[in-house]
Amino acid sequence: MSRDTALVSADWAEKNLGAPGVVFVEVDEDTNAYDGGHLPGAIKLDWKTDLQDPVRRDFVNKEQFEALLSARGIGNDDTVVLYGGNNNWFAAYAYWYFKLYGHGDVKLLDGGRKKWELDARPLVKDVPSREQTSYSAQEPDTSIRAFRDEVVKAIGAQNLVDVRSPDEYAGRLLAPAHLPQEQAQRAGHIPTAVSVPWSKAANEDGTFKSDDELRAIYAAAGLDEGKDTIAYCRIGERSSHTWFVLKELLGHSSVKNYDGSWTEYGSLVGVPVALGDEPGKA
Amino acid sequence: MTVDQSCAAPDQAAPLPASVDLEKETVITGTVTATDGTVVGGAYVRLLDATGEFAAEVVTSPAGQFRFFAAPGTWTLRALSRHGNGDTTVTAVRGITETGVRVG
Repeated sequence: MSRDTALVSADWAEKNLGAPGVVFVEVDEDTNAYDGGHLPGAIKLDWKTDLQDPVRRDFVNKEQFEALLSARGIGNDDTVVLYGGNNNWFAAYAYWYFKLYGHGDVKLLDGGRKKWELDARPLVKDVPSREQTSYSAQEPDTSIRAFRDEVVKAIGAQNLVDVRSPDEYAGRLLAPAHLPQEQAQRAGHIPTAVSVPWSKAANEDGTFKSDDELRAIYAAAGLDEGKDTIAYCRIGERSSHTWFVLKELLGHSSVKNYDGSWTEYGSLVGVPVALGDEPGKA
Repeated sequence: MTVDQSCAAPDQAAPLPASVDLEKETVITGTVTATDGTVVGGAYVRLLDATGEFAAEVVTSPAGQFRFFAAPGTWTLRALSRHGNGDTTVTAVRGITETGVRVG
């Protein structure tokens, strides 16, 4: 993968609104934004109600994913262009998901909603109707998804990248600063994880930095390209953003997103936790 | 207490949830205004820590309001909008700290 195949610009998107075989999908936790105005022709996916299992802590399985995409009128051959608020966190999460279930052609809109809005590009309230499809997903590709046991094994052995803010990494905050400070049982980070906040990879308008800038950021943080990498955050969406950068833009061979992230790890009994601004020892 | 498993920005105009303990939380709140004094809804407000590192971002309510749950210390608020950008520095204490951001 590379920037040319994984990312589209706002200019490209505006020119391709309504193009046959291209489906724009807004992904957010709060779909009020979509309801108040979205890209012409775009449909919406709700990060929680559409993409999470309603009972277990997990995301929808293959059959649920097939039913969802079929009902929303997305076909296997469609080019899916994802975008959203929060600097594309949830869109990147959905992108990871489309990859996990083997969708052929999926892209992120560079800058997401924010750049689109700041550019004063068109937003509409009309909700399109799309004909039902018969979507067929692949078995989940677990080469891009990390579970807790392999995260514990990766301590001191593989690259662990904590993409939360420095205060969350150090254990001074438990959640991002726009949310009340609750959630995991313990604060801190996974020992030996390096801190590279997701925001380092993005410009102020939400677009991704250049490949050269991105390479320099992860090299300076001490990421060893010869090793496998696991990215995590609090609930797995900010780390999808970094997963996208490392795997899809920079083309690293083995990068996994740990979607259990700190809300799981920080509540596990008996695992090591590091506090403070340094990675700590294995 | 309900656990909201999300990182998305909550409604910035909503009252503080009852579960928020102001004895423990450090809330930074305020309004984004343009140079002519009108409030700016739909502005993107980012909270940067004392080193300038990004901590969080929210979109202002139609009345231009924003709110962060931070920690005591020095923070920078940076607002981006179609009317222009602007920033301000604030020293937050436990409880509620109010500040405005002017853009243009």
